[in-house]
Amino acid sequence: MSEGVNLGVVFLCHNELEVAAAMVRIWHDGGASVAIHVDQRTDEDAYQQMQNALADLDRIVWVDRHKCDWGMFSMVEATQAAAQALLDGFSDVSHVFVASGACLPLRPVAELCDYLRRHPRVDFIESVSARDVGWTIGGLNIERFEHYFPFSWRKRRALFDLTVQLQRKLNIRRRMPRGLVPHLGSQWWCLTRETLYAILTDPRRSEFERYFRWSWIPDESYFQTLTRRHSTRIESRTLTLSKFDFQGRPYTFYGDHQEMLTVSRCFVARKIWPGAQELMNGFPKDLGPEHIGDEPDPGRIDRLIASTVARRQLGRPGLYMQSRFPKKDRENGKTAGRYAVLQGFTDLFPDFEEWLQARVDADVHGHLFDRHSVEFLGRQRVGPGGIPAFPECRDYDPHGFLTSLIRIADREQVFQFSPRDTQDMNWFMVTDPNAVIRVVTGAWVVPLMHSDMPFDDIRNIAARLQHTELEQLKIMRSVWVKADIEIWELADFVARPAAILQRVVRDLTPGSWPLYDQPPPLRDLDQLGRFLQRLRNAGLQPRLMGGFPATRSEEEWNV
Amino acid sequence: MAIRLGSSWNALQLRATRQWYLGRALRRRKQVKPDRLRTKKIARDDILCFVTQRNERIRLPYFLDYYRNLGVNHFLIVDNDSDDGSAGYLRKQRDVSLWHAKGSYKAARFGMDWINWLLFRYGTGHWCLTVDPDELLVYPHCDTRPLQALVQWMDASKLKAFPAMLLDMYPKGRIGDQPYREGQNPLDIASCFDPANYMIHKNGLYGNLWIQGGPRARSFFGRTPDLAPALNKVPLVRWQRPYVYVSSTHMALPRSLNQVYDEDGGERISGALLHTKFLSTFIAKSTEEMERGEHYANSQEYRAYNAGLQNDMILYHPESREIEDWRQLQDLGLISQGNWA
Repeated sequence: MSEGVNLGVVFLCHNELEVAAAMVRIWHDGGASVAIHVDQRTDEDAYQQMQNALADLDRIVWVDRHKCDWGMFSMVEATQAAAQALLDGFSDVSHVFVASGACLPLRPVAELCDYLRRHPRVDFIESVSARDVGWTIGGLNIERFEHYFPFSWRKRRALFDLTVQLQRKLNIRRRMPRGLVPHLGSQWWCLTRETLYAILTDPRRSEFERYFRWSWIPDESYFQTLTRRHSTRIESRTLTLSKFDFQGRPYTFYGDHQEMLTVSRCFVARKIWPGAQELMNGFPKDLGPEHIGDEPDPGRIDRLIASTVARRQLGRPGLYMQSRFPKKDRENGKTAGRYAVLQGFTDLFPDFEEWLQARVDADVHGHLFDRHSVEFLGRQRVGPGGIPAFPECRDYDPHGFLTSLIRIADREQVFQFSPRDTQDMNWFMVTDPNAVIRVVTGAWVVPLMHSDMPFDDIRNIAARLQHTELEQLKIMRSVWVKADIEIWELADFVARPAAILQRVVRDLTPGSWPLYDQPPPLRDLDQLGRFLQRLRNAGLQPRLMGGFPATRSEEEWNV
Repeated sequence: MAIRLGSSWNALQLRATRQWYLGRALRRRKQVKPDRLRTKKIARDDILCFVTQRNERIRLPYFLDYYRNLGVNHFLIVDNDSDDGSAGYLRKQRDVSLWHAKGSYKAARFGMDWINWLLFRYGTGHWCLTVDPDELLVYPHCDTRPLQALVQWMDASKLKAFPAMLLDMYPKGRIGDQPYREGQNPLDIASCFDPANYMIHKNGLYGNLWIQGGPRARSFFGRTPDLAPALNKVPLVRWQRPYVYVSSTHMALPRSLNQVYDEDGGERISGALLHTKFLSTFIAKSTEEMERGEHYANSQEYRAYNAGLQNDMILYHPESREIEDWRQLQDLGLISQGNWA
């Protein structure tokens, strides 16, 4: 025990008394005096057993048992009683530390005493003004002090909510006792004897108690508020590592956190899973004399918990699975990564896929949404991640198909698209910020022109495709667009194909495109003007190709 | 108003369905005859494991040890007319209570009537794991934390059902190449799985997700994916008397047991049942099962397998992954630790 510092521990427990007894022994063997409070609801036999197990310890005192309800004033009463017993029973106790059966000392108690000795007359108690929001996780803040809370939140939720709503509606506001400023903080504090004595013997104690008896979770505000009245030096932090999840429940530490807890250099951690034998055996851990003066630094644990909270609340973007199936527009990332959708290019350049594959750092697939086959890169029958190339499977769950493909692939995915393909995913892709969409409108007419089908069939197909592409464009020009979209009319595109291709390649893989590069061979478009005129003559107005003079071939013919 | 009427009509309908299934199970309780019961040993917080099995003698030693190591305290097993000595083996296990069921597996809704009865009778208040002998449960942190840690955390988080999708495992080569020896870890042979080809639909009536895919869908149901076997399961539930499993452990009632997924973008906790069906034992079994016609949808699945077996079924593909640990499954997005740090 360090000179001048004698630690007293207020020890609160209600279950797992065997583990609790082991914790008491750790504190006691480290030189601390312990006042033990066991919830009155705990089984009498277990209490007897605990008393027998600790019968050989001389610096412990058993406190009269109260019935403790979470969030009610009985918790404060238990703490008060135990603190009083410590001050009365051990006149040498200089600091009082609050711990529970789930609090595990990570470092030798002597190191904690040494730390307290190096910070003389300091009260370590988290104490945050309730007027400045930010300490609580969910639940009420200043309202904890302004309303009456006669019912337990855990046991009588409906009544609890009802009384809160009634008081809000009737505008019932309690007045804080004169001279008090409401403060909140962790109930795991460490106060000096002087401060604690002043709190317990405050002449207005009964007035304060009357007030806190009806406030909510007084164990997180009673001492935190009164310390502000009596302490000379407050260090507003807790020496106990205690983290809460997004719903305000404390995190539990397990055997596999051992290393992380060791490097945190915190003095005490909670909650410890009672079955974590490795932690019970491994702590408190003495790292040797050069580490006695280490400052607590729970940064790694903070990061672990922050990432867990993010996973629970936001999840991983683009993941759809058994325990994450977001509704539309609640996805927090529709897809896991960037992907590109190219429309019209394969209609103009027969070797486009191979040409592009050689120039971009991405997987260039064919028409993934082709009605008759799924054209994976290399026309594999099973694509990345084991996705089968059956169009039936794809169409059964097209969202799953696309999002799985993008999530499992290592590289960016590029695929071809066309009004000939299935159109189920248009809205999804257009509203996805990860999508890069490049469209040459009307390009679908080129393969039609070169086909040897009867002209009547061609005309009907052209009408259908034009209708589909107009629908697509309506979506791509809506106000909900999130994707990176560029659209060229066919006539614009063929006027300067190399320059536009260069832009497309550069957008996919910045920095590529050597100066001497050539575009792939373009299909013969000489007859296009005439072909469009024939469609017009058949009663179909081509609206997506731009201007191609219809008379050029006739001119030649007239010459 | 119309919506509210509709949903209360739904609720009534589901309530009726649940009671009907429960009634079935209670009426058929006589089919399940006690063989060797040790249910007196069950303590208050014990984790129970419910199994229906038929001729799985060779798998049982590893199966029982696997779950004992995870922290299962007692096994409640229904033996459906085995003739390979598995009943004798199970009788000798000190943490097994054994029942015998003579009736038809199919008529008992693929054993679910029997299991529902046992759950009703013995499961109330316990965390109950319902699995087949070829299913091995993997959950987040399962390499360092026992099931007790998981269920205590679930209790503290007010969660009452733990989802674990079926993940079909298969060997690297042909299915029959490596014979399975008793006591061996089936994952040493069937070590591969499909990482990312799962198709998910939401079932509006029961509120569960309907997951299909994996090697079976890819190899046998490519043209008819809607007929592919369901992979979603809720095998671990803190059981209450009114609960009932509807279709295997794919769905349960009341509906809240199926709502194990987050719809606002977050991730809840989930695990996987590694399904080690495709071992050397499968070939003999699938012939037998097809002839018995005792399986789902007129054993259509088994018919498909048998067609596949004609030319030495290989489920492996270069896109398959070899199983490492739960972290790998989490990184692939098949399971999630949710809020359990």
